[in-house]
Amino acid sequence: MSEKLHPVSVEVNGVRREAQVPARLSLVDFLRDELRLTGTHVGCEHGICGACSVMLDGEPVRSCLMYTVQADGHKVTTVEGLAKPDGTLSILQDSFCETHGLQCGYCTPGMLIAAQALLDANPHPSEEQIRDAIGGNLCRCTGYQQIVEAVKLAAERTK
Amino acid sequence: MKSAPFDYARAASLAEACELLARHGDAKLIAGGQSLVPMMAMRLVRPAILVDINEIAALKFVKPEKDAIRTGACTRQCAVERDDALAARVPLLRQALAWVGHTQTRNRGTVGGSLAHADPSAELPLAAQVLGATIVLRSAKGSRTLDAGKFFAGPMSTSIRPDECLEEIHWPVWSEKRTGSAFTEIAIRHGDFAMVAACAQVALDSRGRCTRAAFGLGGAAGTPLAFPKIASRLVGTALDDEAIDDASADAAKETDPGSDLHATKEYRRHLARVLAARALREARERAKES
Amino acid sequence: MSEFRYIGKKRRAKEDPRFVSGRGRYVADVALPGMKHVALVASAHASARIAAIDAKAALAMPGVLAVVTGEEFCAGTDSLVTGVDAPKLTRFALARDVVRYAGEWVAAVVADTRALAEDAAERVEVDYEPLPHVIDAERAMQPGAPLVHPAHGSNVILHRKFVWGPVEEAFAKAGHRLAFRASWSRSATVPIETFGVAAQWNAGTEILDVWASIQMPKYPDQVAKALRLPGNAVRVHYDVDVGGSYGVKRGLKHTVLVGYLARKLGVPVRFIEDRLENMRGGDMQGPDRFFDMQVAFDADGTLRSWKIRAVDDVGAYAGRAPFQLGKPITAICGPYRIPAVEYDATSVLTNKTPQEAVRGFGQSPTNFAMERTLDRVAAYLKMDRIELRRKNLIRKEQFPYTIPSGSTYDSGDYHAVLDKALAAIDYPALVRARDEARKSGKLAGIGISTCLEPSGGNSAFEVLLNPKNETTTWMDSCLVRVDLAGSVTGVMNTSSSGQGHESLVSTVIGEVLERDPSTVRVVRADSLQALPSNSPVGSRMAIMLGGAAAGAARKIRETLVAIAAHNLECAPADLEYRGGDVALKGVPGRKLTWDQLVEIAHRKFHRMPPDVDPGLQATFVWEVPTGGALPDAQGRVQIYPCYSFEAHLVYVEIDPDTGKPRLGKYVCGHDCGVMINPDIVHGMTFGGIAHGIGAALYEKFSYTEDGQLAAGTFMDYLLPSAMEVPPLAIVDHCTPSPLTSFGQKGSGEAGYLGAPAAIASAVNDALAPLGASLDALPMSHLAIWNAIHNGKRA
Repeated sequence: MSEKLHPVSVEVNGVRREAQVPARLSLVDFLRDELRLTGTHVGCEHGICGACSVMLDGEPVRSCLMYTVQADGHKVTTVEGLAKPDGTLSILQDSFCETHGLQCGYCTPGMLIAAQALLDANPHPSEEQIRDAIGGNLCRCTGYQQIVEAVKLAAERTK
Repeated sequence: MKSAPFDYARAASLAEACELLARHGDAKLIAGGQSLVPMMAMRLVRPAILVDINEIAALKFVKPEKDAIRTGACTRQCAVERDDALAARVPLLRQALAWVGHTQTRNRGTVGGSLAHADPSAELPLAAQVLGATIVLRSAKGSRTLDAGKFFAGPMSTSIRPDECLEEIHWPVWSEKRTGSAFTEIAIRHGDFAMVAACAQVALDSRGRCTRAAFGLGGAAGTPLAFPKIASRLVGTALDDEAIDDASADAAKETDPGSDLHATKEYRRHLARVLAARALREARERAKES
Repeated sequence: MSEFRYIGKKRRAKEDPRFVSGRGRYVADVALPGMKHVALVASAHASARIAAIDAKAALAMPGVLAVVTGEEFCAGTDSLVTGVDAPKLTRFALARDVVRYAGEWVAAVVADTRALAEDAAERVEVDYEPLPHVIDAERAMQPGAPLVHPAHGSNVILHRKFVWGPVEEAFAKAGHRLAFRASWSRSATVPIETFGVAAQWNAGTEILDVWASIQMPKYPDQVAKALRLPGNAVRVHYDVDVGGSYGVKRGLKHTVLVGYLARKLGVPVRFIEDRLENMRGGDMQGPDRFFDMQVAFDADGTLRSWKIRAVDDVGAYAGRAPFQLGKPITAICGPYRIPAVEYDATSVLTNKTPQEAVRGFGQSPTNFAMERTLDRVAAYLKMDRIELRRKNLIRKEQFPYTIPSGSTYDSGDYHAVLDKALAAIDYPALVRARDEARKSGKLAGIGISTCLEPSGGNSAFEVLLNPKNETTTWMDSCLVRVDLAGSVTGVMNTSSSGQGHESLVSTVIGEVLERDPSTVRVVRADSLQALPSNSPVGSRMAIMLGGAAAGAARKIRETLVAIAAHNLECAPADLEYRGGDVALKGVPGRKLTWDQLVEIAHRKFHRMPPDVDPGLQATFVWEVPTGGALPDAQGRVQIYPCYSFEAHLVYVEIDPDTGKPRLGKYVCGHDCGVMINPDIVHGMTFGGIAHGIGAALYEKFSYTEDGQLAAGTFMDYLLPSAMEVPPLAIVDHCTPSPLTSFGQKGSGEAGYLGAPAAIASAVNDALAPLGASLDALPMSHLAIWNAIHNGKRA
């Protein structure tokens, strides 16, 4: 006896994706395992670490705390959707490379989502605002210092 | 940490949600899911069917009225936080929301969801308790309204019946001109559950005497606590530090905090006194400025 | 240093572009056709006999392939070994007969999906008969305590006492002495990615392929041994990105389990720990120890001797974790001139989750205890804490400096680093700010720590703590190849978890060959192709992998010069190598270009010198400098070769009414010799400080009296966010190591080794006016408030 499947239609990084999924399949598992968009990562599955952050209709959310069925009819942006249409890195992604705002890369996609959402809403954030915006994304490698520098650099370069 | 299997229904309307609740014995409503989904991931909660109310547009609103502001149950916390008109008339809500989780959790979390979850240390339930908010509940049979005091029953427990869905919350607006409010808490990290939270709202007359006061404590008992009797003794005073300290000390005596990994009963009781006083002082200063 | 072309210069890390694009390849991204998934059934009890396991209901669940218990697994594999002399200690991924800690894995369920495996795991019925348990180290050492491994006869699995120098004489002669206890609670570096492993058995080739989130020396070998396979039957793919490790991802038991399941079932199997499994049953907790410190000193602050008694609660099983008591011997007097030291180390079993290696391998807790000692001596003598350190720090003219336990510190200028840090934070202004804050009723303090970061990973403490284990080989390797097109590839032989090794290797090769590092590709061999490596541990890779890459690149360079000499009919000494071209000195027209030399090497055998192999590749296998010796009769031996140094200064304010600490300015003076890539070094140091902030203020694997892990999720095990970690500044100093290719020292553990000590120093400085003190980590809000509360009453 297998689980009942529900039809979903989600626009992911600008492309409509349709699937039949069990109700309990989390959005992060759907993105990673069904759509093979493995850039979004799983860190805790209880909504604390932020490694699973994606944009839902343009706002950052924890995709481990959403079921795929809930995303039906909505738009999702993952780290794979942050680069420019021609594939070149976004200003923010490139800034992370410039300041070395990452090491193991595991929290990075979530950080980029949170930081990009901040810059979309507030192009000239203060240090305090940057730290608050990424306050829900845990990193164990960087101590956040070079991440904050990356976001500041991206803000400057977007002027 | 994958949830146990469940069936799923997306309600298009409040009526449909109520009908589903009435029909299924073991159903749970899901709004923002920021509190519910972790519990399902840990298999502590395993409903047979999840009724999703996120897409009910009729439950997402902020409607100013004469003496109150009504918020739909599924209004996102971030929407309430950003609403300047709301912040002007019920400032305590924006002040409380500054302490609620993180940007990402406020983007999904709803005002109704927070009240229904009824964590005794949560910010919105405390604000509701202190402001005397009223909560409208709907079922297939009709609707009823409860005062916050009657709504919160115990830790993670409310008076919501299994077939009811929270519809909207009425946040009272104070008409007094010189009103000030404040929200403060001690949590270990930014965005964590409060060990103890406190909030206050006061009104002053032109001479600086208190004409109205309300304050309360979260994380200090099984439900958020409001102290109307103690607050009423502040009316007529200048809200001087001594009066505030006495009121806070009395309030702390009425708390019944628990002990856990991060804070003992004694520590919480001490924090209760300290934070109640800070909230009252800050509210007083804001009232003076307004 | 301007003498280098690429080393020490700002350079983007090679690894970063793929990570910012979401194109990392972590083990959870490895999808093998037909792959199945594992969930574990874990013990609810700290100590119990397993009376029965009924898997019938679980096996009947949809999508379930197998349920394996310890009875089958332990008969079909060999026990993992511990490094200490405790042959009766067996350790398997699944418990057999008894469980020894709450969270220990009892059965493994294999199913089509992880969700289905979890559904079935819930239905496995285990009958337990609870047994007495012990979760306190001191109680575990008492006679009559419940024995975690009865066959071993006691709960003590390691006890060694060393006396280096005339300790009793020093104590007798010294003017004063102090004694106190410093405690470091169980915490670990808890990466955001849990441990995971995928394995596939190919019955045709009889190879077990393994992909894992691994940071572990001798990993393929130990996996093969436990699975009763020949060493060349296991192929570990090191090109899996590891999402942070900082010591802990030793995953041997996970790998043996998954390898066994893959062979048994004939399908690829992948196990990714969920966070609950990871925290409780992953065996990746860290040092849990107290130090009974005794120090002898004179009235003028001169330290004469100290006695360190360290007792560590290792948990219910032990791999390499007890050795974390041994590594600090390499710097057992810290950065100070202490001529006589006693060290008494005990490793104790309790019914808790086992420890694994944590960043620094025991150095951070030991530095914390040492620095508390310095601060206490200063308080006792009413002497300035910085002056006390100045007085006792080894002076720059004294290097190389040999400490009583036999290690020689290669180079350093501790006073200069301290001065730089003091200047960078504007220490006088900070003192004024602190005093102003105090006047306004706040509790405010400045913290200082001066600590060593021993680097190079010569784990000679293994022999010291277990003479039966005569391991003195601590090597690393690199292969460098220049292909027909003239492009350069470096091959490294281990996985990485964010340290930027590809950037390290390409920069070093580029430096030696004078070719742009961005044109140098770095790949990883799998374990069947790999040259010997001891993994990134003990801050060793800049030294060892850097040294091996340099060595291999030098051989290539020498080969190119030899080919040119042969073709230009001169001696190598007459030639000048520049940017890959080789020219006759003083005769610029007579030269061979890189492309020409490459072509000769690969295609023109008739133009090759007689003793040079065709093609252009070189390997270099390098034993750790100053390594290779066994301890002498007094237990003296050189352990780590190179000594990096950190001086931390941090400001803290504490709300006197709530106990809440707030970190302000933070400066770390850091000397790790020549930095190959400053951004990478700084990044890891910042991260180490953040780890230290967590250990000092927030993180603890707390246990209930029942032996249950109370902090088993991220809701209770609190990792610092960008709001808890303040802006950090590093000020660099460089005393090159005379032992390495470019003067580099190791730096992977930097920041973590001195931060907890500095923060403890700051909090204690803040509490000092109340007469209160705290010598136990973490200094939680509650602990600080209790200290304030009790101090006020005292």
